[in-house]
Amino acid sequence: MSPIVKRKGERFTLPSKWLLFILTIVCTALMIFTFATDVFDKPFRSIVGYAVVPFEKGIGSVGKWFSGRKDELAQIRSLIKENTELKEQVARLTEENTLLQQDKYELNKLRQLFELDEQYEEYHKVGARIISRDSGNWYSAFVIDKGEKDGLKVDMNVIAGGGLVGRVSGVGPNWARVTAIISDNANVSGMTLATEDNLIVSGSLKGMNEGVIYFSKLVDSKEMVQPGDKIVTSDISDKFLPGLLIGYVLTITPDNNNLTKSGTLIPAVDFEHLSEVLIITDQKQTIEE
Amino acid sequence: MLSFILTALGILASMLLQTAILPGILPIRVFPNLLIIITAANGFMKEENVGITVGFFCGLLYDVFFGEVIGFHALLYTYVGFLNGKFSRVFYPEDIKLPLALITVSDLTYSLICYVFLFLVWGKVEFPYYFLHVILPETIVTLIATLLIYPIILKVNEWLRIRQRRREY
Repeated sequence: MSPIVKRKGERFTLPSKWLLFILTIVCTALMIFTFATDVFDKPFRSIVGYAVVPFEKGIGSVGKWFSGRKDELAQIRSLIKENTELKEQVARLTEENTLLQQDKYELNKLRQLFELDEQYEEYHKVGARIISRDSGNWYSAFVIDKGEKDGLKVDMNVIAGGGLVGRVSGVGPNWARVTAIISDNANVSGMTLATEDNLIVSGSLKGMNEGVIYFSKLVDSKEMVQPGDKIVTSDISDKFLPGLLIGYVLTITPDNNNLTKSGTLIPAVDFEHLSEVLIITDQKQTIEE
Repeated sequence: MLSFILTALGILASMLLQTAILPGILPIRVFPNLLIIITAANGFMKEENVGITVGFFCGLLYDVFFGEVIGFHALLYTYVGFLNGKFSRVFYPEDIKLPLALITVSDLTYSLICYVFLFLVWGKVEFPYYFLHVILPETIVTLIATLLIYPIILKVNEWLRIRQRRREY
């Protein structure tokens, strides 16, 4: 193309400044709209539900296969060192063994989930698999493979392995986003199981790295709360059902105002190794406006 | 058209790699920001408009899944694409220093803005902690990821360019 003679029918291109300007306005408008209403959430979430989530579901199973292979390799290697002459046999057996072990782990996991199921028997629950995690490094959220079609709604509580994981913060047709209670933007109203003192459990990035969750605003004038006490969700929380286990008190220190106390607690759920969760489909009763 | 399809596939692949594949196989806590890489690379390899569009869709995808409001990350990525597109005039495929520097600076700036708007405004002022535990590790892993992924993007881009030139004659 010569710079002087413009070819006839050359495609019209928008100057980049204009495109940037238009998209800036679009983004700002979207931000304001989605902050105020959730009109746009639904179409967007449906689109990604069909365009992206199927891949993620597929990858979830492939990822499981990969991590399974990784375990196998590690095990095979250590056995070869010990029994060089039984190399082949051991390798074969290990592979078989690992597969069986994986089944066993799954069995154990499902048994645990079942036990949990009995513990919180009065609630209706749906099981789901985690298919992707928050791609940013700031918050702790993940996407599960159940959505609106399975009866999920925003604010439903999510549990796993004996305790509270978080709550559903967004739903698409076939997927849902769960914000974990360790996430920096999550706060849960909790209480101590023994003395029923209310407190606020706040997730934070700092605590996440240390494997703890911070709590604050605990009124404990009688000095009854001890490290090791169970913390459960409180009766006055407007999003969380009462009595779900959050964790155990690790440290406790009086605040400067000498009225309240704060400290850390160890979550009941192992957030590093989550793969299946249960969603409680019963929601906390709220007063209709 | 082919270029369009490949770019769309690239965005989808980085999103999947970042959210679904890497967390399963890498035993690390902080993950590389592949969406920044794909946005910045499309910016400085092609032109501003491509960078802007790619950035917008990357950010939108992220927002729909994980954003508190839709549009915040879309806006950020759009600007990343635009600013990287400004460098398309001084971009030479043989030179790897400029892409590395641009992607690193993009990721660093992006993380800093995220910190300011998602954390500082909520009164979380311990900047050194967040810098050392999130921003810096993310920049480093993104740099490593760039070293691995960038050659692939470059190859695809070169192939497309040669193909385009052949068709024009």
